Amino acid sequence: MSRAAHPGKRPLDILAALKSAVLAALVAFGLFSLLIGLRTDQGPTGALVLTERFGELGAFVAVAFVGVFLRELLLRDKRIDIVRFVPPVVTAAARRIIPFVGPALLVFALVVPVMFFHNRYLLDLSIQILTYVMLGWGLNIVVGLAGLLDLGYVAFYAVGAYSYALLAQNFGLGFWICLPLAGILAAFWGVLLGFPVLRLRGDYLAIVTLAFGEIIRLVLTNWQSFTGGPNGISGIARPSFFGLPFTDGEGGFAATFGLEFTPTHRVVFLYYLILALALVTNIVTVRLRRLPIGRAWEALREDEIACRTLGINTTNTKLTAFAIGAMFGGFAGSFFATRQGFISPESFVFGESALVLAIVVLGGMGSQIGVAVAAAVMLGGFEFFREFQQYRMLVFGFAMVGIMIWRPRGLVATRMPSVFLKERKIVAAEFVAEGRG
Amino acid sequence: MNGTVEPILTVEHLTMRFGGLVAVDDLSFSARPGDITALIGPNGAGKTTVFNCITGFYKPTVGMIRLAHPDGKTFLLERLLDFRISQRARGSRTFQNIRLFQGMTVLENLMVARHNPLMLASGFTLFGMLGLRTFTNAERAAIDMAKYWLDKIGITSRADDPAGDLPYGAQRRLEVARAMCTEPVLLCLDEPAAGLNARESAELNELLLFIRAEHATSILLIEHDMSVVMEISDHIVVLDYGVKIADGAPAAIRDDPRVIAAYLGVDDEEIADVEAEVGT
Repeated sequence: MSRAAHPGKRPLDILAALKSAVLAALVAFGLFSLLIGLRTDQGPTGALVLTERFGELGAFVAVAFVGVFLRELLLRDKRIDIVRFVPPVVTAAARRIIPFVGPALLVFALVVPVMFFHNRYLLDLSIQILTYVMLGWGLNIVVGLAGLLDLGYVAFYAVGAYSYALLAQNFGLGFWICLPLAGILAAFWGVLLGFPVLRLRGDYLAIVTLAFGEIIRLVLTNWQSFTGGPNGISGIARPSFFGLPFTDGEGGFAATFGLEFTPTHRVVFLYYLILALALVTNIVTVRLRRLPIGRAWEALREDEIACRTLGINTTNTKLTAFAIGAMFGGFAGSFFATRQGFISPESFVFGESALVLAIVVLGGMGSQIGVAVAAAVMLGGFEFFREFQQYRMLVFGFAMVGIMIWRPRGLVATRMPSVFLKERKIVAAEFVAEGRG
Repeated sequence: MNGTVEPILTVEHLTMRFGGLVAVDDLSFSARPGDITALIGPNGAGKTTVFNCITGFYKPTVGMIRLAHPDGKTFLLERLLDFRISQRARGSRTFQNIRLFQGMTVLENLMVARHNPLMLASGFTLFGMLGLRTFTNAERAAIDMAKYWLDKIGITSRADDPAGDLPYGAQRRLEVARAMCTEPVLLCLDEPAAGLNARESAELNELLLFIRAEHATSILLIEHDMSVVMEISDHIVVLDYGVKIADGAPAAIRDDPRVIAAYLGVDDEEIADVEAEVGT
């Protein structure tokens, strides 16, 4: 297609494109000269030797040069707009099926163990995805609704897991008693974290919550006598079907119900357990949003000062958001402990917090269905890209960048009003505040 | 001037210092119940600082601010936290730069203002989670109140649109309506007519006069727009450089040479004349 034929569009400007390309190549050279161009290897004597890899360096610079040259020449100042590539028919169809996505996903989630009864790998992956769906929904209360950036969410996951493990081991309490206790303890820690960060906003809040997550992990690692330190806690009681253990032989689940024993029964039970826990999280969140407390959280995200002039106690509002978010993290933690049978501080590193936060951001802050889809995409993506081996994270990173260009505010960026007079109209993303902590 | 009526708001010896800067210097005035009291003055005179002291955003360096309810209860505002002023003392405010919850619908904005009564009715969320009648009734009452105010500010048809999508004038009126939904005894408006065109400004006047006529709410407002101030206020307090320079009915203020001097400025030679005239 000849650009000269269109009035108003500049003719091909090779010189300008070349200039940009040379600039990009220089930047690439500066960036990669030490990163790619030189490598230290262990020599035969054990000393480090410098390996020169100028070929690879050249390739990187050439890719940058050619890429920028072509982009300048073909796309000019136009943004790369992925939405453009989706035909309108698809968009219209998508809009029509959106209301059915949630129920369809729920039905699918209910039949997964039936469909994939013999696929143990897939069942384990589904359980893991559901755990992160639950964590995502829990964090969504703090980040998505109340607009408080929490980088230490994994701390509550850890508190829940250790609460269950220690209560079960030291006092012989069962899962169903430990579950609420773990939730309460996690909520208590949520409030404890809440107090010092009440006056902080944005970046400062993020740093303190990040530190909190690390403190919890370090305490768990170093308090040998109580938590077992880096060795963790093993032999945590496995869940039973309301008193019936999933064991072979007399008195077991399979024997009682006259089924043939298979270890999959426990996996299926765990699957339905986490599904139920996640759904409880969802139902509670959806209900809370329609109550004054939920509306106050969202108002807090929109404008904290306005909240105070309306007589809202912002201190309590923030603390309840932290506490309820933490409580669901605690529930998920105790599920994690009973599923694994072994926990150690290794499971509660910052990367987990970042992953849960990424799920919330990718899903669209405040959106329940978006978070669920994002959890499936993220964890499913990890597994799907496994075949790329060492390039897995690279490919995954590119995929994430692509999604964020396509949907900068997450998969579901719109907001559903909590109350309406005549009709429930979706609030467009550009009006909704992201929260500054 | 009826001196026997107890003022709703009494500000005594209010002084606010920021380091070496004295923003408000020994200001005393009072507002009578049911009146629209205006606080005017050139830019930087300290009007918004006075407002921030009254609504608890600043703690005054010196001074006392007393709010007296019609039932005789009194509150010392300088001792209350900002949100308690709205919750207990029932003093509400709006902002110079509109502070609506942009991403929430118009109706939701008004519902947030009913937070405290709804919170109580929902048994601090417990009854609400169980869906008890006490809460659903309270919610319906809150929606009715919101409807009443939407009707008054003429945006009922846009109740389910995001507040950020409203035209500027409607956003201003919505902020006033939201403040009124907290059922305040004293409503403080910080430049409610800023940026409004003549028609929107007239609509706002009408709304404020309606509030004065139909509700037991006294209004304290900061305003630059003299057409608004002179038309609707019963009592005007003029500030300049943090000091009160005049206090009285609109007609008296209009002719006060010191006010004219503060607003229009006077030549150096004339200062002596003006001072001689006003007696300083």
